[in-house]
Amino acid sequence: MYGLLALGFYVTYAVSSTVNFSQGSSMMLGAVLCYTFAVTLGWPGPAAIVAALVLSGLWGALVERFAVRPFVRGGSNAWLMSTVAIGIVLENAVLFTYGKEPRNLPSPLVRGTINVGGLGVYPLQLVIPAAALLIALGLHLVSRHTRYGKALLAVVQNSDAARLVGVNVSGAITWSFVLSTVFAAAAGILIAPLFNVAAEMGTLFGIKAFAVAILGGITSAGGVVVAGFVYGLVEALVTALLGSAYNQIVTFALVIVALVVLPNGLFGRGAVKKV
Amino acid sequence: MMRQTNRWSLGLVLVTLAIVSVVLAAGVNAADPVKIALVAALSGQSAKSGEGITRGLTVAIDEINARGGVLGGRKIELIRRDDEANPAKGQIAAREVIAQEKVAAIVTGIETPVALAILPITTKEKVPLIGVWAAGTAITRGANQPYSFRVSAVDELVDKALVKYAMKTFGAKSLGLMRINNPWGESNEKGLGAATGEYRIKMAGVEKFEQTDVDMVPQLSRLKSAGADTIVIIGSAAPGAQVVKALDRMGWDVPIISHWGISGGRFAELAGPSARKVHFIQTYSFFGKQNEVGAKVLAALKAKYSDIKGPGDAIPPVGIANAYDAMTMLAMAIEKGGGTDADKIKQGFYAIGDYHGLIKNYLKPFTPQNHDALNEDDYIMVRYEGEQIVPVK
Repeated sequence: MYGLLALGFYVTYAVSSTVNFSQGSSMMLGAVLCYTFAVTLGWPGPAAIVAALVLSGLWGALVERFAVRPFVRGGSNAWLMSTVAIGIVLENAVLFTYGKEPRNLPSPLVRGTINVGGLGVYPLQLVIPAAALLIALGLHLVSRHTRYGKALLAVVQNSDAARLVGVNVSGAITWSFVLSTVFAAAAGILIAPLFNVAAEMGTLFGIKAFAVAILGGITSAGGVVVAGFVYGLVEALVTALLGSAYNQIVTFALVIVALVVLPNGLFGRGAVKKV
Repeated sequence: MMRQTNRWSLGLVLVTLAIVSVVLAAGVNAADPVKIALVAALSGQSAKSGEGITRGLTVAIDEINARGGVLGGRKIELIRRDDEANPAKGQIAAREVIAQEKVAAIVTGIETPVALAILPITTKEKVPLIGVWAAGTAITRGANQPYSFRVSAVDELVDKALVKYAMKTFGAKSLGLMRINNPWGESNEKGLGAATGEYRIKMAGVEKFEQTDVDMVPQLSRLKSAGADTIVIIGSAAPGAQVVKALDRMGWDVPIISHWGISGGRFAELAGPSARKVHFIQTYSFFGKQNEVGAKVLAALKAKYSDIKGPGDAIPPVGIANAYDAMTMLAMAIEKGGGTDADKIKQGFYAIGDYHGLIKNYLKPFTPQNHDALNEDDYIMVRYEGEQIVPVK
């Protein structure tokens, strides 16, 4: 799950060297929209999910257009703050419209349990890692084997050269933001039936996912997904052995230690600065 | 001479001004409403609790004002502030309503940590604190709390009642405690420890969880292997629901009893069908035969709030019932004490003889030794049936 959200960080960073810090809120947006369509308006599940993903993608495009592009054009790093800010704006807008009470998103995947090694797990808990892997694989295939993917990769390698050969660079960047918020929204929809749907559900998730992205080496898609699994595993272990009160302390301390030992993350390559 | 006249006229002007302002102030005072603040969770996971308290207070205030208010015609006005279940925000709200709104008393909500955080402020500023939900023992039974009164359960008594109920109903011999990691959880761990000691049964283990935890399987597995035969939940709706879901996943069908924290949110929705397995404590139920006050309050609720159509919609019942009785007695105390300052209200509370209330017939509910109007004989056990809270038969 962290992997999926962190993959969103990877996509925008690879294409445009910027990061969308409102990923946590995008995840919440996906879950809240899905809840609104499926429960409040009573749409069938698949329609609600598709609608939530499309709208979240649109939100990603807006974030890029208004919170990132103006600053990048001016050569400033203010997008750091503006994406954080737009996330907070979204969160509070949702507080007003959706309300502050956590709600439950029903799902057929959490109705019964399957017995795995003596412990009941919801089918959804098996679907989540599978979905994360599938999406990562899909991203890999699309970027290697389609025109759009290759255009994205060209921008990744050298945006000026890509522009010269006729690639629409700003379009590619917009698409990377759309993709990253769609990943986040998908993550939100996937975990919503396990957690509760609430305006604040994404905040800590977003920070943890960024830690995962850095840990995995933000330049490696595979690394980010693997780091997501490792992080989730460590968290589960800490909860089981010490109790959840120690969760944040131990996992974030481990992130710092890991980065001291491996400054480029588990799978990242060091950036070569040409002088 | 000229100078002398000036001095005289200046003096005259000042005296006139003083008289006019005193008269004006007195005039304003007579018509001034008596402001009562509610500082409680109006949003977040426990928003339902704040809504219930608001409704109980409002119905009582409407009745009091219809009778002509207090202190010879002053109406009661309710001021609400959201503490978001956060002690720091509760303190800010308490300071604001005392300094800006000059409230006569502060009613607090479901959260013991918030009430405990506000308490030093109300004691220092001499404003009565009226607890209508939070059950933390220390709110009324600590050192130096001259102005805190409560119409609600008290943890150490609830804990005794829970242990007795578990033994009688489920034949419990070994309790497994799942508690929230905050002062309210601590207060109950202490209370349950004392109660299990008193009734000579075992405490298999004590496990903690955080407000936002979603997986309780590790804690429950430890309790299971320690031999717990009944689970006790001390927590609010969202994590409480996760405990029930985790038990489902483990396939462990064990009796569950709970303090009333779970009834402050959407427990039935969050926990799913197994919500009905949890037996928990309340001070009141709108089901069954109501006394005269119960019938009147339910009718008033139905008339005022369109979503209340029957006894099952008056949720959470404790919030409504405790708040109604507390507000009515607060008005009696203001009337009997003859003023709105803390010492007069305190004497007024002590002076209440008998009051035929919603929850029971109170007989000298408050004395200098006892600031809790309810005790263990006033608790009932209930469970969810769908979204409704019904008494356990």
